[in-house]
Amino acid sequence: MKKVEMICIVCPMSCRLVIDVDDAGAVQSVAGNSCNRGDIYARKELTNPTRMLTSTVKISGAIYDRLPVITSSDIPKGMMFEVMKALANIEVVAPVKANDIIIENVCNLGINIIASRSMEQVH
Amino acid sequence: MKHFELVVIGGGSAGLAAAVSAYDNGVSNILILERDKELGGILQQCIHNGFGVHTFKEELSGPGFAERFIDLVNKKHISYKLNAMVIHLNDDKILEYVSPEEGYVVIQAGAIVLAMGCRERTRGAIAVPGYRPSGVWSAGTAQRYLNMEGFMVGKKIFILGSGDIGLIMARRLTLEGAEVKGVAEIMPYSNGLPRNIKQCLEDFDIPLFLSHTITKIDGLDRVSGVTIAQVDGSMQPIEGTEKTFDVDTVLFSIGLIPENALSEEANIDMDPKTRGPKVDESYQTSLRGVFACGNVLHVHDLVDFVAEEGTKAGVAAAKYINEKLKSGSIINTIPKEGIGYIVPQRIQAINCDKTVELMFRVRKQYKNVELVIKRDDEVLRVIKKKHLAPAEMEKVILKASDVAECQHSLSIEVVEVAA
Repeated sequence: MKKVEMICIVCPMSCRLVIDVDDAGAVQSVAGNSCNRGDIYARKELTNPTRMLTSTVKISGAIYDRLPVITSSDIPKGMMFEVMKALANIEVVAPVKANDIIIENVCNLGINIIASRSMEQVH
Repeated sequence: MKHFELVVIGGGSAGLAAAVSAYDNGVSNILILERDKELGGILQQCIHNGFGVHTFKEELSGPGFAERFIDLVNKKHISYKLNAMVIHLNDDKILEYVSPEEGYVVIQAGAIVLAMGCRERTRGAIAVPGYRPSGVWSAGTAQRYLNMEGFMVGKKIFILGSGDIGLIMARRLTLEGAEVKGVAEIMPYSNGLPRNIKQCLEDFDIPLFLSHTITKIDGLDRVSGVTIAQVDGSMQPIEGTEKTFDVDTVLFSIGLIPENALSEEANIDMDPKTRGPKVDESYQTSLRGVFACGNVLHVHDLVDFVAEEGTKAGVAAAKYINEKLKSGSIINTIPKEGIGYIVPQRIQAINCDKTVELMFRVRKQYKNVELVIKRDDEVLRVIKKKHLAPAEMEKVILKASDVAECQHSLSIEVVEVAA
């Protein structure tokens, strides 16, 4: 059994987690988290670390030239740059509504890229 | 001169939350004045996630969080002006603003909520030696260029200061293909949230140089390099510890300053520590009927707490407008050993319903200490803390009944406990 310390990155609370890991590498218990998402994060981080990814895509006809986008759920940490490549070729046209799907099943991850805000058409 | 029951200066998270809550508490004649071309404030450039965990129990991006409040403002038909810059405010609550649509306008407010936010400290604030080449930016400006307007500020980047905006920009620029060579922090600890050190620097193997500062920026027309050095206990560079980096861009993330030119013009009492107005339990400034909330009051770490403060200021402004806000005997809050500041700076127990929240920051990092809260020099509560850091705002919630018994002051101090 060993203790692993890490900082939870799920939200800005930055809880300090202490995780008991047994000799086979399995998580036995998680402490220090102030919500259940900290527990889930700790277990994932030690087995298959994932991250939310936020970026922008080109948009035309809107108040600005970029539309902020976000992954619909967390993606494997190692796939971040692949997803960034997929975003580089996208161009959308206003109007866009918050949560509109911008790329479906991005990089075959089973996760969508969605608009993180609405952008109206401007003239 | 047009009259509004409530004028909110600033349409960011604090101002929007204040307007919505004032409306919900019976104020209908509200005007929000926003200088940008849309509502939402700085949230619109903070495209990263992590917002709204407290307010909406959801994890949103900055623009997503802003949209929730903008939708509420629209649903309630609260009026707002865009591209409207308030240029003067006086102590009779008369405001002057300019906008391309209306020109120069003078209005009278019954009550005012100050929600102007904050601005970034710049290179000038810390006097970094070197020429003045292009390629030196504040981190927030670079963020706006990249996330809203679609311009990269450089390809090889060094960042001075480990504030959250700098850390978030380190990740963002890396994802967009830039090479971030490092982050230097003059303090022996980071000034950003621990989660950002991990997910913005460690995830991408970006080195963090603690107790280091920039000693030279090279380049005549464009930045061509940067030299950093370790600093000693009095923050002076130590000779022989210099490292140079081949970069074309330097970002500064060295702190935020509440934007209070208007508050000062209206002769509102300021707290030299927070650089925001001094307020009471109702977020009322020294000028009756003028309230302050969000980053104009004191710089926050989390937008959720900015919005929460805005909501409370809106409730208080509504009380004032409906003549329900009272004046009572004043209890001062006093930051003692280890405490940088406390907001609110004074409390009138008569206006406290159930609880009183004291928000504060410690001056340095502590491990295994006690926070001691005293009422009139008598210990009221002791809170054990495993960890305290200036980068993380602390909050203590007191019962209104406990505060009501106070004669003159409430104080907070950090007490080191023997191991």
